[in-house]
Amino acid sequence: MLRRYLPHLVLALGAVVMLLPFYWMGLTAIRPPAEVFDISLWPIPKHFAGVENFTQAATSVPMARFMLNGVIVCGGILIVQVATAVPCAYALAKLRFPGRRILLSMVIAALCVPMQALALPLFVGLAKTHMLNTYFAMMAPFFLSVFAIFLFYQSFRSYPDEILEAARMDGFSEMEICWGLVLRASLPALAAFAVFSIVAHWNDLYWPMIVVTKTELAPPPLGMLFFSDAETGANYGALMAGATLITAPIVICFLLARKQFIAGITMTGVK
Amino acid sequence: MADMAPAARPRSLEDRRLRKGILFALPAGLLLLAIYIVPLLVLGGFSLTDYRLGALNWHFIGLENFAHAFADPVFLRALRNTVLYAAIVIPCGIFLGLGVALLVHGRKRTRGFWEFAYFLPVTATLVAMATVWQFLLHPTLGPVNAAITFLGFDPVSFLGNPKLLIPTLALIGTWQVVGFNMVLFLAGLTAIPKDLLEAARLDGAKSPIDRFLTVTWPMLGPTTMFVTVTTSITAFKVFETVAVLTKGRAGSETLLYALYLEGFDYSNTGYAAALTLIFLAIVLVLSIGQTLKLEKKVHY
Repeated sequence: MLRRYLPHLVLALGAVVMLLPFYWMGLTAIRPPAEVFDISLWPIPKHFAGVENFTQAATSVPMARFMLNGVIVCGGILIVQVATAVPCAYALAKLRFPGRRILLSMVIAALCVPMQALALPLFVGLAKTHMLNTYFAMMAPFFLSVFAIFLFYQSFRSYPDEILEAARMDGFSEMEICWGLVLRASLPALAAFAVFSIVAHWNDLYWPMIVVTKTELAPPPLGMLFFSDAETGANYGALMAGATLITAPIVICFLLARKQFIAGITMTGVK
Repeated sequence: MADMAPAARPRSLEDRRLRKGILFALPAGLLLLAIYIVPLLVLGGFSLTDYRLGALNWHFIGLENFAHAFADPVFLRALRNTVLYAAIVIPCGIFLGLGVALLVHGRKRTRGFWEFAYFLPVTATLVAMATVWQFLLHPTLGPVNAAITFLGFDPVSFLGNPKLLIPTLALIGTWQVVGFNMVLFLAGLTAIPKDLLEAARLDGAKSPIDRFLTVTWPMLGPTTMFVTVTTSITAFKVFETVAVLTKGRAGSETLLYALYLEGFDYSNTGYAAALTLIFLAIVLVLSIGQTLKLEKKVHY
């Protein structure tokens, strides 16, 4: 009996710790100020204050604007990443050209250079060209994803060469072959990469903190930082409502597509 | 592209593939140059100067920035803090991840739920969750201290006591990394052939612990290696929790936070470039083994 339920019991205790912050965040977000410091974990507040808290989170800082900025930045980055990585990966996997091996080696070497190591010169370049505080500055360092190139390269390599030859004989251009045939066969890799990229950039604080000082350009994490600095201790209900709004899109996507999500985020580990 | 075939000769398929190859790789190649290669060269250049962003003149000062770094009490403190942080997050993150994976691996119907519960912190915006942790760990208002006092202990000032700042950040770091490691270990566990465990059982490894030590643990070797590398790199890149919870107060800077302050707050570009190179060297040492393995696999 104990043997059978012990694993569940241990897992449940651990899960309580893992989920407590989410529960506390949601609970505080619907509690009125008078109950916020009530340490009971009872899920139903005496007075439901969710509307007030969320309204305050949305009006005291431009929360909707932060979310919109997040969507613009994540969307822009993802589109350029795919547009540049897919043809490059196709060329590396299926076309022969001078410098192919060098490019491949450089892509692999670049895989272990973290973004933070490039931030300083990129920042100086953007400052010199007066491009700080723009969407472009927030997106530019991520336009190239060497990880995407590597992932698509691995995936494209297994595409049968006979089909490529046949398509070429039939008069398909390399462009059509790359986007219409080869990428179509790698849609799971594309989906996994999209999850990886969106989650990484929705949650990123380091680079936006460097290039953005204007509130109206802040993506969600930077907006949250501005908000929590402005609200320290004053209104936990609204603060937690803001945190809930920022976390919700990713958490909802995770709920809807758990398997694809886990595959996408841990993809770096499945080499 | 000057060495292209003369226009008179009909273009063969081979030619087309050569031309398209260059054309297709060109945008990514140029971006690689603009985002990785040129910035790294510029970074190396900066590190040898006393350049400050906005200053009119600068001097070549050789390796003085590096010498200064290893005598700079703030940088050394940041380095020590980061090592302490990593020394907590790496073992805790790995062994808790492994433990959870071993327990979840045997579950069939409930596996989806456990995966969800443990992986959720990996996906959540850390800046928002750090704010929640700040509230949870509040000395008088938070539920964690309420539980501690209920059990009869004195309340703990997690984010007030300077000695506890880094361990508290490490607690949150571990909370975030366990789910990620769990998934990697689950993949490793699934790859272990069932017959091997059965054979071990027949050979006399009666208890699950014996089977774990003789079969599972050795078979998980490559996974454990990989998890150790990714967890170490994640640990050395700790930034968000510092930016939200301590802002480096009471000597709680970490490597990236000190770097951020020097480079982007104080505009000590030359000095920050030297610190960046030290940071990069640490990350490269941690990831070199995995990268060489990858390189071999790709070129075979």
